[in-house]
Formats: sequence, structure tokens, C-alpha cells
Amino acid sequence: MRIEGKEQIWKEYQKEIPNDDFFYVRSCIRQNLFPASEVIFLKILREELSKTIYETPHHTTCGGIGYHSDIVPIETVMTIIARQFALMTEAGFENYACSCITSFGLYSEIIETWNHFPELLEKTRKSLKEATGREFNIPKHLAHASDVIYKVRNEIAEKAKYKLINKHTGKPLKVVEHIGCHYSKMFPNKGIGGAEYPYVLTGMVEAWGGEIVDYPERRHCCGFGFRQYLVQANRGYSLANTHKKFESMEPFEPDMIITNCPGCPFFLDRWQYVIAETEGKCYGAKGQGIPVFTYEEVAGMVLGYDPWDLGLQVHQIAVEPLLDKIGIPYNPETKYQGLNGKDLGKPELPKNICSC
Amino acid sequence: MINFGYKRNESATLDLDVDNSELYKKLLKEEPSAATCISCGTCASTCSTGQFTDFNLRKIMLLCKRGDTQSLEPIINRCMLCGKCQFACPKGLNTRHIVLILNKHLHAGKIS
Amino acid sequence: MKSIAIIGAGIAGIEAASRLSKQGHKVYLIEKNPEIGGHVAQWDRLFPSQEEAEIVLNDLIKNLNNRAEVLFNSEVQHCGKKDRQFEIILTGNKNLLVDVILVTTGFDTFRAQRKEEYGYGIYENVITSTDLEQMFKKHNVVCKNGNPPKRLAFVHCVGSRDEKVGNRHCSKVCCATAVKQACEIKELYPDCEVFNLYMDLRMFDRHFEDMYHEAQSKYYVNFIRGRLSEAGENKDHQVVLKTEDTLAGKPLKLTVDLLVLMTGMEACDTQKTLNTKLGLRSDTDGFLSTKDVFTQNNFSNTDGVFFAGTCTGPKTIPETLADARAAASLVNAYLMS
Repeated sequence: MRIEGKEQIWKEYQKEIPNDDFFYVRSCIRQNLFPASEVIFLKILREELSKTIYETPHHTTCGGIGYHSDIVPIETVMTIIARQFALMTEAGFENYACSCITSFGLYSEIIETWNHFPELLEKTRKSLKEATGREFNIPKHLAHASDVIYKVRNEIAEKAKYKLINKHTGKPLKVVEHIGCHYSKMFPNKGIGGAEYPYVLTGMVEAWGGEIVDYPERRHCCGFGFRQYLVQANRGYSLANTHKKFESMEPFEPDMIITNCPGCPFFLDRWQYVIAETEGKCYGAKGQGIPVFTYEEVAGMVLGYDPWDLGLQVHQIAVEPLLDKIGIPYNPETKYQGLNGKDLGKPELPKNICSC
Repeated sequence: MINFGYKRNESATLDLDVDNSELYKKLLKEEPSAATCISCGTCASTCSTGQFTDFNLRKIMLLCKRGDTQSLEPIINRCMLCGKCQFACPKGLNTRHIVLILNKHLHAGKIS
Repeated sequence: MKSIAIIGAGIAGIEAASRLSKQGHKVYLIEKNPEIGGHVAQWDRLFPSQEEAEIVLNDLIKNLNNRAEVLFNSEVQHCGKKDRQFEIILTGNKNLLVDVILVTTGFDTFRAQRKEEYGYGIYENVITSTDLEQMFKKHNVVCKNGNPPKRLAFVHCVGSRDEKVGNRHCSKVCCATAVKQACEIKELYPDCEVFNLYMDLRMFDRHFEDMYHEAQSKYYVNFIRGRLSEAGENKDHQVVLKTEDTLAGKPLKLTVDLLVLMTGMEACDTQKTLNTKLGLRSDTDGFLSTKDVFTQNNFSNTDGVFFAGTCTGPKTIPETLADARAAASLVNAYLMS
């Protein structure tokens, strides 16, 4: 592997990410799957880095899940997205940051469609005006939230309490990065580093002390695929995609996985459990799994936030062995306590994969 | 083990990293002309059997070469050995011999 | 005495120069590099006869017999019509006044890095067909770790027939080169498994089909009809390939020790800069537009400017040399009239 070759490509895929003043929209599903990630994003930007991030309870789904499940037509999605942009315009912002990769892909796709077919933009403006009385501007900058964390990765590194280094060996942790398909596969020039050798997560991992693992199936989809997962009869196909990735990364013995999509970390995490419970196979050392994180969780970990405040207890694959490797302290007693101190109850432990 | 109501799909990929070339090597040894097939499909288009069954000599030879031999066993003996393919083949392959060799090895020990 | 400037001292330029100088004209052979011979000088052996490129090139140079004035390390800085002649200013402010310009700028090899998914310049065991010729020349065909390859694949059409990189055209010589190189690898390492991933096998010229037949019957080269979609590197630094066996209708996975990318031909940058100076036109494929594709393919639209070789599109070596001779004969007729 020659890093210089990748650096050449990374130079070609850079995009302008604003430094401040974002209108932020959350994901439909991330708050259920990774309950603290979006809160941590806001906390890091507002409290650690004093940035202005605005969000409004009036924003809705972008329609992406319905769109990708063949339920919601694109004209409807355009109008839904126009309404989000109207909220941004009304709040006086020009920089749009979204938490979800599917939304990011859909926003990119629709802005591109409007560029090519201005008559559709006019139709959308008319539909939105008739339905809601609102008007909108297209954002000056569209960023995925991981672009924003990428932008401030070195500032986070300066404030970091921990590094992605194995404290027992002193060596960098081996990290698998996995970007959501809709981050840059449709529009490679909209993603940091492009689609073949994406740099957005790699940049974070490098800044925070880790080392990226490049394995043959790194570009392969996690297997979420919306309707493939949503329909039970198709789930074996979704599972097979994740399996293919793990088989490919296994020889590299990665310590952890970092992701930037709502679906990927969920499936890479939960399918490890399903593979273990149906086939008896684990991909981590000593019968453990390979822990999977969102980039916000990783940022929170290096900044020294309490792992349970980061929501790491809701992961299927136990995170404690990794916390021990880095040297991040945690209290097993408070693992299943809510923020209000109330006992949340303990999940049933899996049989074929080590849990804590 | 838990039954979740679904199972991981098996891969449809031809995996050339798994060495399954035994049958093809035997074929080449006994009928070297098999190596010069250009997959033109003349044999399959003229085939008496191929019009009515899924027997396709072009594909059979290709899959044999790729080591995907499992699927060949049930279809190889559908050939009626009429020789039309041999007559038509632009590369002059001894196609009847090829069929007989594959048949012999695929059903080795299975016919009493 | 009439004078001619030939721009580019590859085989087309050399051959045209020797013909025209033999006919008694003053020939300036302008070459941007410190040596003549162009791409052929990079090559080890040539299809379909396995002739050594060096022998062919030396024959051409011998024919030239020092009759032309070769201007090394020279690029055209300025070029324009002056009465019925052309004034050319070269690097180093050398001035030429000539009656005819013959463009023999040839082609550029496709930069394999542009096919990001193949990992050239990133994965250590991904090389180009040109790199492999260099290895053959040095008698050192090995993987990065110094071991001979046990498994090797050629990818046809890298940068050719690929609209994603802006090239719809076929580069014509890569299929035959890949089959030639596949046979050479088997000659060198009889136990090495060799795979050719092709889209169509374009064995169009004399003896090419024999070469293909020999690759199958003598060397057992594996031909897989399918374009490489992506390459990855495994822990042992082997290259993992994903393609479709389109004749079997199934995706195919293959791990090799060495991957050779058959990089195609593109219009060369030098030619592109000449276009504006001489009022030449490029076609949609980037190569020069001729006055007529059938009857006047050595003529430009500018009076006194002629073409020869691959500046008007991919050609084999015999085609290039024939084209150079045709151009020389037409230039001579033009100068005599």
C-alpha cells in the first residue's frame, strides 16, 4: 500500500465546508439506534468549539426511507425537502448540515436534479407555496454532519483526553472505516476523498491517533438496503452482505469500526450477533465481536465523555474491551442506568458471542 | 443456535480462489482441443437437445473450466451424441469426445 | 532545396524522415525527449512475431542514416505561417523556416491512476503493460516482494472503451499486446496461472488469431469475458479482483499476485498545443481530424501540414510505418508541384 497514491486522490476530492453557522437536521432513526450521537455532535460544536448550530422542532423526515422503499414518489420528496430548506431560509441560515447519509444523498440528488431541470425546481416552489405558503433558498453549502466533524477534527484532537492507541502496546488501534453508500457513491465529488478511497472518516481516525485498515471489501454496502432489510424474507441477503465484509476484514484483526451512516453501524453491529447466534462465528479476538461506532461516539470517547453518556451501552457488541485497550474508565454499575439514575433493566446476554 | 426466521444467502460468485480444476484438467489431458473453445455458442445453437432442455455445451465447458462442476452432473447425460455440434464447431473441437469424458468423470462409480 | 519539419521522433517520424531525406529534402526531426524512438523504445518484444523492439527500431534508425537533422530536447514554442512557409520557434529560441510540417506526435499512454478503482500507484502489485515491458527488458518479472508471480491477470481496455474517463474509442493494440504478454509470462513461468479479463477480444490483424489460438492451446491462458469492476489489496498484498464472467452470467472473484493494466492510447498533449498554433482540429476522441477519413487521411485542413502515425488515432506498428511512408510520398508530391 502506497499512501502517496491515496493522497493524490484525496487532493482531487475536497469540498468547501463552512466553519460555522449551520442549520442542523436530525435523522429519523439514529436517535433510536444511537441515542446520544446527535446530542454529542451538538455538544461538541456548541460547548467545546463555540459554534452556532441551529435546529428546529418543525423539521420532518426528508422522505428518504419512503423513497428508497418505493413508497414515496420523488415529486413528494422534492416538496418535503423544499420545506426543510424553507425552515433554514426562515431561520436566516445558508449552511445546511444533516445527520443522516440517506438524507445527504437525497439532498444532493435533488439539488443536482433541480440544476439540470429548472422546471422541476419551479414546480416544487409552486407546490410548496400552495401547500404551506413557504418559500425557500437552496443551501449555499450542503454538508453531512461527518463533514463538519472532519473539518474540526484537529481542534477535537487538541482537546482530546485519549487517543486511538492501544495503551498496552503503544500502537495505534487498527480501525475499519465504513462510509454510507449514499455519502459519495452517487456523487463522488460531494464526499471528502471521493468514493473509492473516502477520507472523511480516515481523516478523523488519523487525527485522533488510529490507523486505517484497508481491506478488499471496504467499498461493499453494509447490506441495509432499506426494503431488503424491511422485508423479513429478504433479510438473509442483507445479512450476507455484512458477512462478506467481515470475512474480508477478519485477517486484518481490526480493533474497531467507525461509520457515518444511520444504517451501517446498526447492521454491522447487530448482524455480528446474528452471525454468532446462527453460525457460531465471531470476528473479534477471544470470542468477542468487533465494536462498531458512529463518528460522534468516537469523538466523544477521545474527548473523555462518560461512555454511558455516549449511549455505548445500547450497542450489541460489547465496547468494554476496547475502552480497556484505550484506557477509558467506565463504571459497570451505572451501565444500565438512565440519565435520571433510574434502572433501565438489563438485556438478555447472547450465547455465542462474549458480552459484558 | 437461534432461528430468526431467515438465513444468510449463499454467494452466487464464482470463486476462482478455490481450486476446483480437477475435472477440467482431466478433460484437457484426454481431449486437449477443449482448451481452444472460444465460447461462440455455435454448438449450443445447433444442439438437438438444447432446444428442449437446459443442456448447453458452451456453458458446460465454461463452468467446467471455472470449477463450477456441481451443476453439470444432472445435465451432462442429456446429450444424444448426434454430432451436430462437432460438425458445426468453427474451431474443430471434438465435442462428442468432450461430452463422453465429462459424462464418464461426473458419473464415475455411479452407474452400475 | 525544400525543407520539412517533422514533429515527433517516434517510429512514424523516423520512417517519414528517412524517406523524405532520401528524396533529397532537408528534414528537421524535432523531438521533445533526449532520445528518439518514442513508445517503441520502451518496449521489449513486439506482437505477433515476438521480434525485439530494439531490432526494429535500430533498422529504422539505420535507414535514416543520419540524413535528417535531429533536434533533441526541443518543443515547438511558436509556429505560424509566413508567406508560403512556416516559421517555427523551438525551445532555446532556435528558429526554423520550412515548407512543410509533418505532425507525428503520436499518442500518450492513458494514466492508469485515473481508474481509481484499480489502485494503480496505491496497491503495490498493480502495474501497467508498459511497466511489464520494462520488467521483461530487465529480465526481472517479479512481484513487489521479489517473488515470481504464481497468478497474474491482465485487464484489457484500461482507459479505452470507457466513457467514464472520456474515452469511447478502442486503442486497438492492447488486446494483441495482452495476449502477447500472457504468452511471454507463460514462457517465463510455465506454472503461473494467467487470466485475461477482456470485453471483446479484438484479434483483427494478420497472425493475431494464431497468437490467440496458441495462448489457449499451448499456454492454457484463461480468458474471462468481463471488465474488472474493482481491485482491492489483501493482507498478503495480493490483488483481489471483482469481475463478472459474462459468458457464465455470474460474478467472479479472483486473487492474483500481480495485476497488469492494459493502458490505452490517448491523444497526446503536445498535439493538443499544436492545434491552436496551426489551426488543426481534433475529433471527438481527441485525435487529429483528417481532411477525409478514406482518401485524405494524411492531410490536415491547413495547406502544407500533414499527418502520420497515431496522432490520427490508434495504430499498430506496421500500420504506423505504412502511414508514415504514405505521408512521405504525399509530402514529396506536394513539394514537387
